[in-house]
Amino acid sequence: MADSKRRYVIPGDVITTGPYRPEQNVILEDKKIIATTVGISEIYDDTVKVIPLTGMYIPKSQDLVIGKIVSHSSLSWEADINSCYVGMLPASDVFGRNFQPDTDELTSKLKKGDLIAARIVNFDRSRDPLITIADRDLGKIDSGELVKIAPSKVPRLIGKHGTMIQVIEMATNATITIGQNGLVVVACDNPDGLLKAKKAIQMVDEQAHMANLTDKVKEMLESNSE
Amino acid sequence: MGGRESDLVLLDENGIRCDGRRVDETRKISIKAGVLKNANGSAYIEFGDNKILAGVFGPRDVHPKHMADTDTGILRCRYHMSPFSVGERKNPAPSRREIEIGKVIKEALRPAVMLEKFPRTAVDVFVEVLQADGGTRCAALDAASVALADAGIPMRDMVSACAAGKVADTIILDVNNEEDQAGQADMPMGYMPNLKKITLLQLDGVLTPDEFKKCVETGIEGCKLVYEIQKQALKDKFFANGGE
Repeated sequence: MADSKRRYVIPGDVITTGPYRPEQNVILEDKKIIATTVGISEIYDDTVKVIPLTGMYIPKSQDLVIGKIVSHSSLSWEADINSCYVGMLPASDVFGRNFQPDTDELTSKLKKGDLIAARIVNFDRSRDPLITIADRDLGKIDSGELVKIAPSKVPRLIGKHGTMIQVIEMATNATITIGQNGLVVVACDNPDGLLKAKKAIQMVDEQAHMANLTDKVKEMLESNSE
Repeated sequence: MGGRESDLVLLDENGIRCDGRRVDETRKISIKAGVLKNANGSAYIEFGDNKILAGVFGPRDVHPKHMADTDTGILRCRYHMSPFSVGERKNPAPSRREIEIGKVIKEALRPAVMLEKFPRTAVDVFVEVLQADGGTRCAALDAASVALADAGIPMRDMVSACAAGKVADTIILDVNNEEDQAGQADMPMGYMPNLKKITLLQLDGVLTPDEFKKCVETGIEGCKLVYEIQKQALKDKFFANGGE
């Protein structure tokens, strides 16, 4: 097998038989490390992982996500976080420790249909993911437009050390909030900038596999800026 | 048993079958991944004259709720033949045969799909046969497997399927409709090519132990051929213009 570090793989492909530690999207089957999803395999130090090119968002602790409130009970809200599980936002997270279910009205803070920027606090197999909006940069999103991209393309939209997103933000003057779940909120005072930022994001979504995409996006943003 | 009497020559003296194939040749197979926009994953397969569409949803919420399993995800599979898929109009209501094939496909995919990663969810596979010409369960399984990979559902391996059988006392690969009707045995097989495990094995007909062994070997060779085509279908969709 070629010892190239990055390779395109499909489920069942043997990535390596060496003494590596299996990480995301790979399994160890008698000394062989096998890819479990379509993606790009990466051998880094002593670990092997596959960066998926498709698939649904699976909640991970500490991820920033964008959610939409779908319902609430007397103690918590439920948010659609574009995953197979719904995000649980406890009322005490918003009202504080002295939350009174009988007097505090949940809808006064967040209504059905509201968008929130949230962080996943905890997620394990047995429960729905617990989310919080009690932190800096988190909370209800009042303005901006929602763009949906494939969750597997979020790292591409951010780029290496955030280069891609910086390029888009600089060229359009927009504020872009990217949720790891593939939901992106674009806010911009200038309607042209908003349109252009949305176009750039969609371009990244469609051409995520292309090399030098940052340059291409830059080119596109500059070409019709006049 | 023994096959039905007919004037069809299933295998001539040169070892050529009724549709012009050699004994170890499959029909023409082509697969395309990601053909449906609204499904999470999809695939279209043409396996000789079989034309089959597969769509995958999930992992997603389980409805009805009582079917959900707190330990693992569940896999559901619907196999359906369109009314126009066969010569005489087929009643679109699910028949006993379709329910059974749905179950068989589900059980053939189950060992490959890593459902334990998604407790309380369901992965739904929908298979629609648009045109049938014998060996639809194998073709459907091939398409379903590509559709699952397209949906990004973690799998230990792909599942490839191909039938082997016996006509005119000879073991042949990929039984077509005529050979199925008039032949002596039909053995659909599902196989995980990298893990080297068989996930589906059915047999309609009678084989001696030696013939059975040969039949399994022939079937596995067929599955490996199908696997290459499945691989190519996924590569065409995901890596087409990225360059390696």
